[in-house]
Formats: sequence, structure tokens, C-alpha cells
Amino acid sequence: MEFKDYYKIMGVERTATEAQIKQAYRRLARKYHPDVSKEKDAEARFKDLGEAYEVLKTPEKRAAYDRLGQGPRPGEEFKPPPDWGSGFEFAGAGPGAGGADYSDFFESLFGAAAGGSRPNRGFGSRRRPADRGEDHHAKVMFDLDAALQGGSRTLTLRIPEIDGEGHLAARERLLNVQVPKGILPGQTIRLAGQGASGGSEGKPGDLYLEVEFEPHPLYRVDGRDLYLDLPVTPWEAALGASVKTPTPGGVVDLKIPAESRAGTKLRLKGRGIPAASPGDFYVVLQIALPAARDDQAKAAYRAFADALPFNPRSTLGV
Amino acid sequence: MRSDIEGPLSGEIFDDYAVLSLEELSRLCAVEKTYIVELVEEGVLSVTEVDVARWRFPGSALRRARTALRLQRDLEINLPGVALALELLEEIERLRRARRENL
Repeated sequence: MEFKDYYKIMGVERTATEAQIKQAYRRLARKYHPDVSKEKDAEARFKDLGEAYEVLKTPEKRAAYDRLGQGPRPGEEFKPPPDWGSGFEFAGAGPGAGGADYSDFFESLFGAAAGGSRPNRGFGSRRRPADRGEDHHAKVMFDLDAALQGGSRTLTLRIPEIDGEGHLAARERLLNVQVPKGILPGQTIRLAGQGASGGSEGKPGDLYLEVEFEPHPLYRVDGRDLYLDLPVTPWEAALGASVKTPTPGGVVDLKIPAESRAGTKLRLKGRGIPAASPGDFYVVLQIALPAARDDQAKAAYRAFADALPFNPRSTLGV
Repeated sequence: MRSDIEGPLSGEIFDDYAVLSLEELSRLCAVEKTYIVELVEEGVLSVTEVDVARWRFPGSALRRARTALRLQRDLEINLPGVALALELLEEIERLRRARRENL
């Protein structure tokens, strides 16, 4: 098991005061909150942070944690000492952060239920018929092709559950989902009856998947519209040309109008993300210059300069 | 613990069809109704009807409300702060898209 240095995670000294710890938590929580941060590992960091804060803000847990010392050297296995936990009582509220499951490290020290024992806790009291199962919510990443063509994708979800002894544990659930064609990032898919099972006569809850897209190597998504940056040569842009262009539906011959400039947007209507009124596919032209490495290329550039006197900075007054 | 692959399951795009009453939205967010009312009063969620009993929310309100509640709970900010954060996040997203388009 990996030792977690909660002080390092919070970026504070081991001697930090409660106020300093709270301050560090607030600052880092704003930075790594998954709804705010665009950083890739924000979710994991925010979870670590919530766990670190849960331990360091609670005097009993912090005292117990401090007794472990600095932990093993990096790479060494961590095992709680045999007398671990004697004399401390871990009860009380859950962490401020929303992570429903803790690391193995945390659980080996404080038990799975130490942070509060309800899955999906946090939004306050739950009011629903007592026998209806809970709804589950999960964030999922789809590739753009799933939205364009539909099709099935296998998702791995971590479902918090309470085991027979009342401990909170995360169960891994593999789910094959038929992606609705035309789904957009920011939308939600509802899978009826796929939440927690209900009581003896109750209906199960529903599963809500909050959808985001993985970045596509070629296309950008804006609403239902797709954007592609297409490099063209100066002569293709100036004289017009027909060039091969990738689109979600396959390679097409795209007509570049004469006198196109960098940034010119060409629209392929209805070739964006499908819907009753589908999005469009935009090609944004970029002018790519051939390198002037050898003499022949340099001569060509010079001939070009001689033939076409041109001051692109005239509007700058120079 | 690992289970076998379940499915295939067919889902619906919630945003496209769902129309939620105040009761339904508060149940889906697992909060008291007064919480949702506060979100409306703060302008985080919008409604067209004046009469609370006739409030209807689009499916997209679910995600917005949940994001607001997460921000409020995790960062311990008050509702005006949450509303400001959401607006700024949307503005950043809009600017990001605009910048990419004009490259």
C-alpha cells in the first residue's frame, strides 16, 4: 500500500496550524475542483486533497497520523503499526470534499466508515419514498465517434456501496452503454432503473451519466459544430484548389476558393454532430510555408519577392 | 470486487426530453426544495413562471444545479459566489472556444 504524505499533498509544513491547513485546503480546493479545473488529474488531486484535509483538520486523526512519522521511503510498502489506532476514536462528519471513497491507505488507518458512512452523501437530507433505490451519478468520457455514429461503449464505474458490516466500499461496475447518436458534451444520459436497487417492493434508482468528450486529434467541438484546421499552401490559397480533406464522414475533395486567406472558414453544412437540425463542419484554413532550406527553394522565394512587391505592414504605418 | 459486463443498455439524452417540476429536480439533486428555490432566486437556474407550483426546468438544469451544489459544498462558498463562479466558468469556456476558432 502506498503511504500518503498528507502534509505534502496540502503543501504545508508538519508544524502548520489549523488555520494554515484550512487556508491551504481552500486555496488548493479552488484550484483542483473538478468543476473548475481543466487539469487532467484534477479529480484525483481533489480527492487526495479532501482526504488529506479530513485527516489534518481533525485533531485526533492528525495526532494519530503524526505518530506514523514520515512514512516509509518512496517505493517502500506501508503497513500500519500493530498498535495503530489504540487510544483514538474516529467518529464524526464526512470530509468537506465530495469523494465518496477513500484510498486504501486512509481506510487502513481510519476504517472505511470513518469519513461518514453514506454513499453519495453531501447534498444534505434525502427526501424520497423510503423504498426507492438511490439515483447514481457518474461522469463519463466518450470519444467524438460515439456522438457522430452512436454505438456501444464499455464504461467502468465505481459505485459506492455499503457492505454487510456497514462499511463504505467502492464496487467496480462494467457497463455496456448504447451511446445515443448526437449526444453533446455537457449533456446527461439517463439509464432508467440502473441506480441502486430499491427496498423489498421499491423500484431501483436511475443512473445519470454526465457526458464529456475526449479531445479529438483533428476536430474541435463547439455545440453541434465541428472545426478542423486545414493547412494549405500559399498558391492553393491564392489561386484556389481542390484539396483532400478529412471529415467525420470520410475524406472529401474540398474546393478552396481563390484569394483565400489564413483563417478563412469554409462550411460543410450538416456535417457536424447529427440531430434534427445537425451541426455544421467548419474548415479553417491555415497557410503553411515550404521551408527555404536549399538553394532552389531560396531562389524560388526570391523570384516570388521580385515578382510580387508586397508590404503586409502597410496598415501599421511602416 | 468486479462484476461481469452488463448491458448493452440504451440510454436517453436527458437534456432533450426531460421537463422537471421543482419536486422532481430537488429529488434528483437530493436536496430540499428550498435549495432549488434559492438557486432560482440567485439566477443560477431560470424559470418562466412566477407561480412556484408551475415551475418547469429543462433537463439541463439537473447538471447545472448539481454543479452549483458541488461548488457550494466543496469550496464552502455562498450562493452569490456560486452564481459568479458559474458565470465566469461559462465565460472562460466561451472565450476558449472563440480563441480556438480564430487561430
